Amino acid sequence: MYFRTLFPRDIFAELERLQRDLQQSYDPSIRGTARGGFPALNVGSTPKSVEIYAFAPGIDPAGLDVQIEKGVLTLAGERSPDSLPEKATLHIEERFAGRFRRVVSLPEDIDPDSASAQYRDGVLHISIARKETAVPRRITIQ
Amino acid sequence: MNSNDEKSATGRAEASLLPPVNVVEDAGGITLIADLPGVPKDKLSLQVEADTLTIEGEVGLPLPEGMESLHAEIALPRYRRMFTLSQELDPDKVSAAFNHVVLKLRIPKAAHAQPRKIAIRVD
Repeated sequence: MYFRTLFPRDIFAELERLQRDLQQSYDPSIRGTARGGFPALNVGSTPKSVEIYAFAPGIDPAGLDVQIEKGVLTLAGERSPDSLPEKATLHIEERFAGRFRRVVSLPEDIDPDSASAQYRDGVLHISIARKETAVPRRITIQ
Repeated sequence: MNSNDEKSATGRAEASLLPPVNVVEDAGGITLIADLPGVPKDKLSLQVEADTLTIEGEVGLPLPEGMESLHAEIALPRYRRMFTLSQELDPDKVSAAFNHVVLKLRIPKAAHAQPRKIAIRVD
């Protein structure tokens, strides 16, 4: 499914982004689009962990389903639409409503059992530690 | 050309993201709902100046040290959006609630602007 970007930038930032995007080749995803959609995702990496931030405002964290299976992180849930007062007119409707599901492929060296998740200020932060890599070993030549 | 570029770069406000909003109007006024994920309450600012409503928020996420970004959809730490209020709205009576980073603004219509049925005379 294709979603428009929920958080467009202002026109100047958008032009800068366009320029950058033109320089990089676009990597098409089998699930429609690699960016955009709800919730918006930021993914970061440190030598010890992989950090995923899902920008999911107005959601009851208990209703969020987070799963790691076969190196793929799935985030699913639902955000109910606002209740409209009677005889009201909807002038602008940009906020996401309905069921959502986002999928992130994780690097191979993560330890799924170490994942922890925290919901704060509308952002779900998932931290997954990388496996302890073996200490480099010097091989003596005989 | 360079000097022109510098001018335009410093002349405008810092780049920001546009938060998605819903705007609903009923007989009593307008309700504006905006998503501002990552913005703590103390980093949210609302301003009504003349007929312009400005919503601004800064993302205050604590990031682990030495983190390198691999993919970013919220790539700027700032949201900003402006709306022009029409005359019949009362900017002095705007009320706001911020719940789970969803901002709900109620902008009532001024008393004189409440709907009035206009009788049509047939001569």
